[in-house]
Amino acid sequence: MDLTKRVPVREQDPRARATNFDEVCLGYDEEEAVAEASRCLNCRNPLCQQGCPVSINIPAFIRQIREGNFEAAADVIAQASALPAICGRVCPQETQCEGKCIRGIKGEPVSIGKLERFVADWARNNDYQAAKAGEPNGKKVAIVGSGPAGLTCAGDLALMGYQVTVFEAFHQPGGVLVYGIPEFRLPKDAVVKPEIEKIRKLGVRFETNVIVGRSITIDELLDEQGYDAVFIGTGAGLPKFMNIPGEIANGVYSANEFLTRNNLMKAYRQDSDTPIRCGKKVVVVGGGNVAMDAARTALRLGAETHIVYRRSEAELPARREEVHHAREEGVIFDLLQNPIEILTDENDWVRGMKVIKMELGEPDASGRRRPVEVPGSEYVIDCDTVIMSLGTSPNPMLTSTTQGLEVNSHGCIIAREENGETTRKGVFAGGDAVSGAATVILAMGAGKTAARGIDEYLSGK
Amino acid sequence: MYRILKVQHLSEKNWLMEIEAPYITRRCQPGQFLIVRTGEMGERIPLTICDYDREKETVTIVFQVVGVSTARLSELKEGECLTDIVGPLGRPSDFVNEDPEELRKMHYLFVCGGVGIAPVYPQVKWLSRHGVKCDVIMAARSRDLIFYEEQMRSVAENVFITTDDGSYGMKGVGTDMVRKLVSEEGRHYDRCVAIGPVIMMKFTSLCTKELGIPTVVSMNPIMIDGTGMCGACRIVVDGKVKFACVDGPEFDGHLVDYDLAMKRARQYKEEETAAMHEYEEHHCGCCDRKEAA
Repeated sequence: MDLTKRVPVREQDPRARATNFDEVCLGYDEEEAVAEASRCLNCRNPLCQQGCPVSINIPAFIRQIREGNFEAAADVIAQASALPAICGRVCPQETQCEGKCIRGIKGEPVSIGKLERFVADWARNNDYQAAKAGEPNGKKVAIVGSGPAGLTCAGDLALMGYQVTVFEAFHQPGGVLVYGIPEFRLPKDAVVKPEIEKIRKLGVRFETNVIVGRSITIDELLDEQGYDAVFIGTGAGLPKFMNIPGEIANGVYSANEFLTRNNLMKAYRQDSDTPIRCGKKVVVVGGGNVAMDAARTALRLGAETHIVYRRSEAELPARREEVHHAREEGVIFDLLQNPIEILTDENDWVRGMKVIKMELGEPDASGRRRPVEVPGSEYVIDCDTVIMSLGTSPNPMLTSTTQGLEVNSHGCIIAREENGETTRKGVFAGGDAVSGAATVILAMGAGKTAARGIDEYLSGK
Repeated sequence: MYRILKVQHLSEKNWLMEIEAPYITRRCQPGQFLIVRTGEMGERIPLTICDYDREKETVTIVFQVVGVSTARLSELKEGECLTDIVGPLGRPSDFVNEDPEELRKMHYLFVCGGVGIAPVYPQVKWLSRHGVKCDVIMAARSRDLIFYEEQMRSVAENVFITTDDGSYGMKGVGTDMVRKLVSEEGRHYDRCVAIGPVIMMKFTSLCTKELGIPTVVSMNPIMIDGTGMCGACRIVVDGKVKFACVDGPEFDGHLVDYDLAMKRARQYKEEETAAMHEYEEHHCGCCDRKEAA
């Protein structure tokens, strides 16, 4: 065995998967996992662990895999992460744990993400619940939002013995894991639901269809409902648009809408009541992970799919793996182009998009080379659907109805990094609602930090 | 959970339901709406709140069967439960936060068409409780489509009825009555609220603009989450894009782009028609409706 190379992970054939919503990556089996685990150098100073936002003891769980002790491996992960089956699938490991792996210096880093996923899947398939609820301490915490930040915070608090209730605005818990990330990257029934079930088994109560800020307020939770603290993990749900002409035409979606219809409402299934209109040719505007998700979804619904992005390949903010998968499946990348107008037919339906070519100029504030328009290079891409995937910002619905909760100029809740404390006593926050749109794992890290912060606040009380 | 306490078949396609929904009833205000869902694969349907009882913790909704989702909703019986209900959504009517003293100097004219009677009722009820005078024009195609008349009369100063076919009240449409009251009878109104089909709100707004009466309308576009997340409910007001779910649903009637709103409302017409066709075929009466739900 060549130890510089990873054990390859099995995937659905690109041509087959471009027409279905089944998971793309099939994961390791036991034999493959043990083989990959044996590549770990077991470094004395494990940099991988420093690269993990929730500080999983990575060498320890890999060692257990190598020994074939999968339960023990699950126990190690459970000490740090409540959602390993999800993180193993959607974390950007290449810039975190795997980016720091010493193996990676002279070869490919250990597939830490795939190993984490293996352990989580093994535990689920073998009904092994690693974490146990703590001794009840009689204190109540309300969690607002059941996405990655909220779930992590809820799980950690339940382990410490808190009585936790999670409030979710949608009819299903999971937040972005359910409405945003598509089935082919993160299966809902097979992975997300069981992970949430694990948290429920720790005694966490879920109340769906409750919009904190509308159905109930933070004041009521604290003053009338007897909660001792509140954690806000409401994410970044507001879609951005470009404000170009024609953007309100029929056939222009926000990525949020397109993905919510498909993921949460299951519009891709025949038996769903929610319609989705994909057309024959779809243009997705943007280059992030959400843009990749939207494009790969449109492709699976049968459309020729283009990604229009104003910078070049090197600046695509999406994970390499996502770009690679999208391309393999047949998504066409129209790089260094920017939409300037959406063209419509007589019934106000999209019929095309006018774009202008761009070139890269001097680096901007983000350090990336700034795209500059090439004069006179406008042309029209024919299309019947446009999906705007330009990022999202936090929803003001909760902050605008809560006294004493300060936000910054981007609408993000101001919270202390070390403990999640907001400007309102007893109220903590974390995840995209604080940072602006980021990743699942950073939200989980923030949920974890806030759980510790809440514990310190309430035990010091 | 979300138990249906009362089902009333109002007319051919119109239904009324009273549902247990404590979270909504505790805090809802006139002008707000809710979202319901029927069945695990059901669509999220935004509906206006017709009435609420804070003690019983129930809300009353009125809806028209326009597609598969509303047809499914209409099949639910008393004692059964909705799969989901969530709210209150949207901003309350502006008057809720105005000085009651100032409000009492105003005379309101409400124009409601079709199921638009439903959201008007809690507004009139609220205003009359605060001592504000309200006249209400209830407009419908024919007599059997008028509902809640008695309740409306119990809270409004005057109720005027128009029907397209003349089967009840004055023959004509809502705007005919507006003109009659204002131009012929010389009545004065400080504010108008028009709620109903988009086309009716459009013409009512054109009419009140001419008569110089500030007008509020309530938009009910296609929506998914109702919390500002998806942007499906985008409409244009005064040249600016607004999200009806969080910026509204009520807007200045003289500034809404109604033609655009009507085009956007037809986005899924083909899909809806096909789905309804399939639904009706499978609902010949010989099979149990639960199968489809």
